[in-house]
Amino acid sequence: MARFVFTRLVQSLAALAILSVVVFILARATGDPLHLILPMSASEEDYANARRYLGLDRPYVEQYLSFVGRALTGDFGTSLRARRPVGELIAQRLPNSLRLGAFAMTVSLLLAFPLGVLAAVWKGTGIDRAAQVIAVLGQSLPTFWVAIVLIEVVAGRLQWLPAGGIAGFASYILPGFTLGWFVVAGMMRLLRSGMLEVLDSEYVKLARVKGVVESRVVWVHALKNALIPVVTFAGIYFSILVTTAIVVETVFAWPGLGRLAYEAISSRDFPVIQAVVLTTAAIVAVVNLSVDCVYAFIDPRIRYGR
Amino acid sequence: MAAEHARGAVAGSLPVLPARSRGGWRGRRLPVFPLTIIAVFVLAALFANVLSPADPGEQSLRQRFTPPVWDERGTWKHVLGTDRLGRDLLSRIIWGARVSLTAGVLTVLLASAFGAGVGLVAGYHGGRVDSVLMRITDATMSFPVILLALILAVTVGPSFVNVVVAIAVILWARYARVIRGQVLTLMELDFITQARIAGASARRIILRHLFPNTLNTLVVLITLQVGYVIIVEASLSFLGAGIPPPTPAWGSMIAEGRDFVTSAWWVSFIPGLAILLVVLAFNLLGDWLRDTLDPKLRQL
Repeated sequence: MARFVFTRLVQSLAALAILSVVVFILARATGDPLHLILPMSASEEDYANARRYLGLDRPYVEQYLSFVGRALTGDFGTSLRARRPVGELIAQRLPNSLRLGAFAMTVSLLLAFPLGVLAAVWKGTGIDRAAQVIAVLGQSLPTFWVAIVLIEVVAGRLQWLPAGGIAGFASYILPGFTLGWFVVAGMMRLLRSGMLEVLDSEYVKLARVKGVVESRVVWVHALKNALIPVVTFAGIYFSILVTTAIVVETVFAWPGLGRLAYEAISSRDFPVIQAVVLTTAAIVAVVNLSVDCVYAFIDPRIRYGR
Repeated sequence: MAAEHARGAVAGSLPVLPARSRGGWRGRRLPVFPLTIIAVFVLAALFANVLSPADPGEQSLRQRFTPPVWDERGTWKHVLGTDRLGRDLLSRIIWGARVSLTAGVLTVLLASAFGAGVGLVAGYHGGRVDSVLMRITDATMSFPVILLALILAVTVGPSFVNVVVAIAVILWARYARVIRGQVLTLMELDFITQARIAGASARRIILRHLFPNTLNTLVVLITLQVGYVIIVEASLSFLGAGIPPPTPAWGSMIAEGRDFVTSAWWVSFIPGLAILLVVLAFNLLGDWLRDTLDPKLRQL
């Protein structure tokens, strides 16, 4: 098990290193950021000074190495636009994203589990059909459109909830729901098909024959194994959640990492782009690593197989 | 449904051959609703120049924010109303169908061709080749699509080609994973061993023996992902990193109408409805195809 974790850890670090190179190259390719920072009236000399001041005149390899060196100590440079340390911006925005993500994930789990299991147990009934409709809509509705409609109806016409920004629990509900729906859809479908398969298996029949209470058969014996495919896909869910969060945060004016990414990209703020992408990638890597470990733990075939 | 699963289970241990898929088609009702919607939008996209009542780019400020025809103030001249520049929404939806469907289909075809290739090679060779390719696949799969697409869009400038490439660069990984899994199962079967003994080259085994047996899965995955790609493309256009104006793209139409939702809801609402219908149709068709061709396939 220790060896398995170690190999995975090295692989994740290698992937992050490659990604940092790609991001660095891409960020340089977005065009000269000085055009955006300096006023129209800036002279050649102003450009040269600014370039030297920001270290943009040095060779790319040198810029990259110093970037990595400083990034490892948490120093991502200064935002070209906000003129503030990038680390500070990230530290300020990240908790908001994590809170929204955690809220959306909790809502998704609370909805997906009962719905997925009950849809399998009562296959073909009204509950099953309702669950299927929720799932297929969740996967077919464009998130940003749902967000706009919710803002207009729930926040605008009905005035029930705030339309955007972050202020108290009420402001979590609309973005959290929008963010969670897509995840609920996928997770529920996986749980349903997993449960259907497991409920049909020999060991579940044996448990029933032995006289185990039906609710225990479903929620303990069957659910345990039906969870395996859900865990397999957990990493992908997470990256989908991150992707969706960029759109949701932008529409709901949520001061999180996703909105920061959107702002940074539209103003070609190199240091911020790099930092946001790498932070996100690092979080995704950590989540994937944990998922792999959990997976290897609950399914011994993986530990010994590869 | 139960019989379907049972047959899938038995077939899983045998070479997956046309017999099974033919059996699956028989006696299953065609999904009329999704097929009709897809047909309508495909026709709209193909014959946009004939079907659209007006030029999608023609502005007429005098007629801006004309509501749809069922509203008292609506006219038959603009059945679905007009936007803030007085452009005819129906025409823009029809031309937008061309953009969205082309982007969706093209992206998925690119991604599936590359992904299936990687999956076939990794599964066939196994060992080191397999583990290296699968690590790359996993790393790609866990990277948020929109983040890369946004970076690319700003780096190289937003354009149709960039959107397609940006999404395909991430999407192929899902195909690689699934196809490789299938190939691993197929490699255990006798007919591959026999092909080897008969002296078939790696290329021949991959193309003639492995690839045809993964086709069912590929068709299902392709159908299910067209909808996903259309949503991602629309999200990018919505964020201003997709297909640039004045090309009518559904995502940017929603973005343009966003500030006027309260006074002119139809400008944002109708393109959203178009996306919902198309994506829903592809998802339902994909589900049906999966139940028919490959009931054991698991995906998001």
